[in-house]
Amino acid sequence: MAEQQLQVEDTKVIVFRLKDEEYGVEVGQIKSIERMQHITIVPNTPDFVRGVINLRGVVTPVINLRTRFELGEEEELESTRIIIVTVDDIEVGLIVDAAHDVIDVPASAVEPPPEVIGGIEADYLRGVAKVGKRLLILLNLDRVLSPEEVELVKQIEA
Amino acid sequence: MDMNQYLDMFIDEAREHLQAINDNLLEFEKRPDDLAIVNEIFRSAHTLKGMAATMGFEDLATLTHEMENVLDKIRNDELQVDTNMIDVIFKSVDSLESMVHSIIDGGDGKLDVTDIVSELSEVAVGGGTSPSSSSQGTGKATSASDLPFDINDIELTIVQQSIESGYQVYAVEVQIRSDCLLKSARAYMVFTVLEEGGGEVIKAIPSVEDIEQELFDSSFEVLLVSKLSGEEVQKKVMNVAEIVDVEVQALTPELLQKLTGVEQSVVVDASTEPTESTSSQPQASAKEQQQEAQKQTAASAEATAGTPPTDETEEKSQSTAATPAPAVPEPFSDAVSKTETQTKSTRASNRTIRVSIDRLDVLMNLFSELIIDRGRLEQLASEIENQELLDTVEHMGRISGDLQDIILNMRMVPIEQVFNRFPRMVRGLAKDLDKKVELNIAGADTELDRTVIDEIGDPIVHLLRNALDHGLETPEERVESDKEETGLIKLRAFHSGNNVFIEISDDGRGIHREKILERAIDRGIVTEEQGLEMTDQEVYQLLFASGFSTAEEVSDISGRGVGLDVVKNKIESLSGIVTVNSIPGAGTTFSIQLPLTLSIITSMLVKVSTEKYAIPLNTIEETAVIPKADVMSAHSGKVIDYRGKVIPLVFLREVFGLGNDGVRDDAVSVVIVKKGDEMAGLVVDSFIGQQEVVLKSLGNYLTEIFAISGATILGDGQVALIIDTNALVK
Repeated sequence: MAEQQLQVEDTKVIVFRLKDEEYGVEVGQIKSIERMQHITIVPNTPDFVRGVINLRGVVTPVINLRTRFELGEEEELESTRIIIVTVDDIEVGLIVDAAHDVIDVPASAVEPPPEVIGGIEADYLRGVAKVGKRLLILLNLDRVLSPEEVELVKQIEA
Repeated sequence: MDMNQYLDMFIDEAREHLQAINDNLLEFEKRPDDLAIVNEIFRSAHTLKGMAATMGFEDLATLTHEMENVLDKIRNDELQVDTNMIDVIFKSVDSLESMVHSIIDGGDGKLDVTDIVSELSEVAVGGGTSPSSSSQGTGKATSASDLPFDINDIELTIVQQSIESGYQVYAVEVQIRSDCLLKSARAYMVFTVLEEGGGEVIKAIPSVEDIEQELFDSSFEVLLVSKLSGEEVQKKVMNVAEIVDVEVQALTPELLQKLTGVEQSVVVDASTEPTESTSSQPQASAKEQQQEAQKQTAASAEATAGTPPTDETEEKSQSTAATPAPAVPEPFSDAVSKTETQTKSTRASNRTIRVSIDRLDVLMNLFSELIIDRGRLEQLASEIENQELLDTVEHMGRISGDLQDIILNMRMVPIEQVFNRFPRMVRGLAKDLDKKVELNIAGADTELDRTVIDEIGDPIVHLLRNALDHGLETPEERVESDKEETGLIKLRAFHSGNNVFIEISDDGRGIHREKILERAIDRGIVTEEQGLEMTDQEVYQLLFASGFSTAEEVSDISGRGVGLDVVKNKIESLSGIVTVNSIPGAGTTFSIQLPLTLSIITSMLVKVSTEKYAIPLNTIEETAVIPKADVMSAHSGKVIDYRGKVIPLVFLREVFGLGNDGVRDDAVSVVIVKKGDEMAGLVVDSFIGQQEVVLKSLGNYLTEIFAISGATILGDGQVALIIDTNALVK
């Protein structure tokens, strides 16, 4: 599976920070980056679902990526952002500590994900990219957002 | 050419035509002598065929073509109509429907139609000799003395006068390549070519309008008045691309004479070149003739109200001749939209346009944004207290209120389109079950929101099946119990307040309380003791319990592994209620109550902890503030006495996991909600007030969240969740 995912071409990614690591998500999957705003709690959902926001008239769910990846809670910062991503027909906001860069990642710089990185299961990763001195963790959003995954988490929590 | 952009249009129209065929067939079965109905059916089938051929759906076209043959014979009195024949036609319509559905689902609309086609041709052979249907291009001139079409007196006069003035008259048959995509455009080019140099088409078969709409297979015929020689005409037409064959037959005075049996008074040397002065004559005289002719037709139109097709063609061809430049050049899309307006106008003179529901949704979304901004403006204006600003905001408020009405109305669709398929379905079912039934539909023009319309069909189908299968007795049983042999099922829709009611009633055997109780006890749904205390209403509600089916044995009709519980769930998911009433021996009535629209609901806004929630007003019985002292404990839960009835309290803070700090300790604010006969009190922190909210979905990521049916955006821009009270009432 990792091999297949490595067949990526040169991509442009948005770089964001979660805890101490830098992550990358393909620009094509990102709709916009929003500042923090009021989030309405949605009851009886998995922990990492923070709630829903009003994104220009569309009710959009928001996920706390830190909780999702079990990286521990963090106070909301001035730099905290909601990255709105679209995967298939699912539109979701991801809360990240900061979003600050757009960089090109050449396909040659991407390596398969190591077994364990910062507690995130390798399944959720497309790979790790070394760009200059930076190490970027490329997320596999399809997996992170898959409905089956959400169901699974729900069951475990229940 | 990319056909995809026309696909939607094709699908819409195909459905319309199929519906029309269905309806008319049913009508025809009742009145087999009314050939006007056959004509209607024929017309729909014909249009459908043309559309299908253009879009490249060969099987569809083949089948409709065969169907047309049968219909054509019926309308020409060459076939005797019988039930078998109608069945076969219905069967072909079924096939057509499944093809169209395959197309809707993104398929290629292919289906093996050999069987049904052979059945159709068998039926067709049952009648006399195969007549040539002019519109199918089979009316080909076979011998020199045969003209491909009839000429009426007026046309004959035009022809004669033209010949007198030194013109040639030709019958031209043009064969277009069968795979030609823009047949009407080709036809237009042929017309243009024919009319070069003072020529004029005085009659076309099929009519010019039909040709414009591509309602012909691959050939059409025209009667041409021209100065050119036959070869020249042929050559010119052949120069048009995608023309396979052109047959030009000159109409000599002798031929005409033979044709009409009328002595030709003047015989002109046809080879004489017409002079300048006479060149405009035929046109002028033709026009005069026409004006006169039109008067005549207008006069006769009244007399022949059920216009036979010949009259119609005649009229059309005349109006064509009156405008020498026929048909506007046709980008295909135009042709299609024309078909639409035309077919529409024959049904009703409504001027309508089609708008996709997606666009309306976008409009709705934009509008709700506007409503939200309006709320903000109102708030700001009241803070600033500037009179002019206040006036403007108020005015804007009124206008947006009107706008809201319009937008909501645009989403309303008559329930007709759901009801339409039932007569056909009931006919089929009655046949399968050997029952006689009359379906009586009322209130088909009742309007419902589009979102509801899409969902309501299946439950009604289920209830109709139920009425036919379980409700109605067999004809024998009915006779025995002194009833009419034919059962009556009524389907009725009507508005009442903010609700729409749909009733399905039959005059069958009714529901027997004992039978239901017996079964319910059997299945362990209720105990015997409970059963004794139940009211009839409560017993009937058992029908909707899951795992309950009253059918003695599983039948084809209702034994599909689903019971009425599915119906109930569906209707409740639409915020509706379904109830049953029955008189044993006299019949049963199922009544469905639905909200007018699902997209905007009136709700009660409440506060729970830091969150605001909307509770749909139609589920609310009352709101109350109850002293803590009046809250009682029963088992592990809290209950209150509400007007003599003990109802459970549901603490929303607990259900939604919102923590317990800052709750009043002297009293509880309760929203009393009902679901059918059951009630519950939802405990909230405070009431905010009543407000119309726009219902929005939570998207594809968060699906099926317990007790939440959707969300809305409030005036301050925040999202409030809408509580699904049905999930909270046990």
